[in-house]
Amino acid sequence: MTTVYSKANVLPPPSESSTLWGWARKNLFKTWYDTLLTFFMLGVLYALARPLITWAVSKAQWEVVRVNFRLLMVGQYPAAETWRAWLCLFLLAGIIGLSLGVWARQKLWPSVILLLSPLLFALYPDLSSEARTHLFGLALTALLAFGLGRWQGIKLGRAVVILGVLYFPAVLIIIRGGGLLENLAPAVPTSLWGGLMLTFLLTVVGILFSFPLGVLLALGRRSSLPAARWVSITYIEMIRGVPLVTILFMSSVMVPLFLPSGVRPDRVLRAMVGITLFTAAYLAENVRGGLQAIPRGQFEAAHALGLSGFHTMALIILPQALRTVIPVIMGLFIALFKDTSLVATIGLLELLGISRSILAQPQYVSFQREVYLFISLIYWVFSYGMSYASRRLEKRLGVGER
Amino acid sequence: MSRKLSTLFILLIISTLVIAGCRPSAPATAPAGGAQAQPVVETVEVVRTVVVTVEVPVPGEATAATPQVKIEVAQAPGFGDTLKAVQARGNLICGVNGQLPGFSFLDPQGNFSGFDADFCRALAAAIFGDPSKVEFRATTTQERFTVLQTGEIDVLIRNTTWTLVRDTELGLNFTATTFYDGQGIMVPKDSGIAALQDLEGGTICVQKGTTTELNLADVMATEGISYTPAVFDDVNATYGAYAEGRCDAVTSDKSQLSSVAKGLLPDPDNHVILDVTLSKEPLGPVVRHGDDQWLDIVKWTIFATFAAEEYGISSANVDEIRSSTENPEIKRLLGLEGDLGAKLGLSNDFAYNIIKLVGNYGEIYDRSLGEGTPTFIPRGLNSLYTNGGLLYSPPFR
Repeated sequence: MTTVYSKANVLPPPSESSTLWGWARKNLFKTWYDTLLTFFMLGVLYALARPLITWAVSKAQWEVVRVNFRLLMVGQYPAAETWRAWLCLFLLAGIIGLSLGVWARQKLWPSVILLLSPLLFALYPDLSSEARTHLFGLALTALLAFGLGRWQGIKLGRAVVILGVLYFPAVLIIIRGGGLLENLAPAVPTSLWGGLMLTFLLTVVGILFSFPLGVLLALGRRSSLPAARWVSITYIEMIRGVPLVTILFMSSVMVPLFLPSGVRPDRVLRAMVGITLFTAAYLAENVRGGLQAIPRGQFEAAHALGLSGFHTMALIILPQALRTVIPVIMGLFIALFKDTSLVATIGLLELLGISRSILAQPQYVSFQREVYLFISLIYWVFSYGMSYASRRLEKRLGVGER
Repeated sequence: MSRKLSTLFILLIISTLVIAGCRPSAPATAPAGGAQAQPVVETVEVVRTVVVTVEVPVPGEATAATPQVKIEVAQAPGFGDTLKAVQARGNLICGVNGQLPGFSFLDPQGNFSGFDADFCRALAAAIFGDPSKVEFRATTTQERFTVLQTGEIDVLIRNTTWTLVRDTELGLNFTATTFYDGQGIMVPKDSGIAALQDLEGGTICVQKGTTTELNLADVMATEGISYTPAVFDDVNATYGAYAEGRCDAVTSDKSQLSSVAKGLLPDPDNHVILDVTLSKEPLGPVVRHGDDQWLDIVKWTIFATFAAEEYGISSANVDEIRSSTENPEIKRLLGLEGDLGAKLGLSNDFAYNIIKLVGNYGEIYDRSLGEGTPTFIPRGLNSLYTNGGLLYSPPFR
């Protein structure tokens, strides 16, 4: 016995909910007491936010941020080499444009608005004409890439993924310079890296290297080889038993004591290694959770098909396991992004460290609120951006449904 | 079950062995300083060959009135290594605070500025004749000694108080004091308080559990001034209470009063630091043990800035004085006579370079802590000895 639903019986979805007014009427003003509550809460919100807004608009003196904007963005990176940071942004704009063009075909206007967002920054009055030109260029690059992506469609998909993966190592090479690029882009010592750029690089390196390491550790922890299992367990439990700030201190204060004098590993590199090792341990546990969620049947089926152990992992288990843990891993990466502020305690001038240095400028010692509010806004924008991107990724991969 | 047990046993045995193995060396590595970084215990074999050549005067030779004694000292290993390394590298790595107003901070152009930073530049000027050849390294309180001990920086110029323990146990040498810091007292400008005696019967805000609190009590007892201490747990609460007017004055180290306190006050310009000092906090550059030449270079770089101020030589008039002076001491200082620089392993005009490119002590002080700056601290003890201060350079000869 089967029940057949005729298509005619299915009602169309209520159209009013898709408009803003419809949404508001449904959620905020459905009954008279809903309306009352809405207005009451609006009043409360206004009362809470008003002092902050009046302060931010009228009392706060944003001069300190304006004067030190370059420091906050790239730290002591030489002015003559700032074009490299811009180049990285141009590449990023291109890749975002392409990927939106390829995959977000249905959402034309939201994409275009997102891609034109650099123009919003260009409205800022104190910008140098050079920076403004660059911002226009960014928007243009993004739009062109978007057009290309739409025109070529999914054919470009694989190329965009490869570009995206290659982007991050490329950024490191561009910012670092030297080596083969010596004539074009002379090496900039890491002691001059700073500001948002350093925060960003620490995060990128942390994500890039902790991911493979974490997956390996997760596999090692479930391995039947006692050696691999014990090494993984020891590593994970040792690292997870220690706060990140301790690991950073170890890397900055203890490591040089153990090494022969004269051997001085780069400080930024040491911080990067510390962050990577720390994140890898947490990531390993998250991935292990994903691995355990895969039913035994999957292993048995793979065996039955005659797949080797390696192929079972690479083709059957890991793709499913990693998909289930995307939300957790993204959460970890967002935490990593914010945790990079801890390197300020070992004397690196990333976003927080450089803010403290700026607050030591004699004329700006009493501008703590402005500076800290500004950098928290930066942290929020990036964290929310990552969170939003991860939700989109989850939807696309259907994490919740399958 | 038995496998688990045996694993447990093996683990126990291994851990016992590890603990037993660590035990004997524990006393050697545990520093008495507690919170400080572990000192590098390094045995340096000092070989000192002293060749003494005594020319015995031949009877009848009237000209040889006194016997000439020539002493050649074979230096300890490590002597001269730092300078060699710095010269090979082409720049000086100078550890600074980086976050202390007036002393070292990043200016909007991304350069380190301030009193301490200028002494780094003076040292670079002495070595390379170019004050820009400095790589500044912002250090934190916790890591400052370790980075110096491990050779990550060449010299530490970062508001570090000279104490016996640091001078010995940490394997460090304090060169000379560039800034005599000390506990000071800050009052509102319009309060009319100008000396310690004006605080009779007043309330003073002070942070709890610090030497500051004890120093205040000592000094006030000696001076016979009665006052009420208002004690607070942390920096913010202390200055917060002061800002609200709950105290007539607030006390802390002068460098802190001029920087941190002002950052926490809503009207920093309306407060002034009194010209009294309640405790000793001599701050100066620090170097590693083991390279006496480097110690001498840093020391005499500082002395050169003192001497220059004493003789009235500044960056503005140094060229003029150099071409016209008849004073032999100034001639030696500026490298016109003798080879004082060569004895340090530097060029003979090292002091000229310091004065010309960075300035004398007074210029360095005024640039960062002088009257016109937001971080004004009265010179007080940091005046020349001729003006009642403590700055005194040994003779350049």
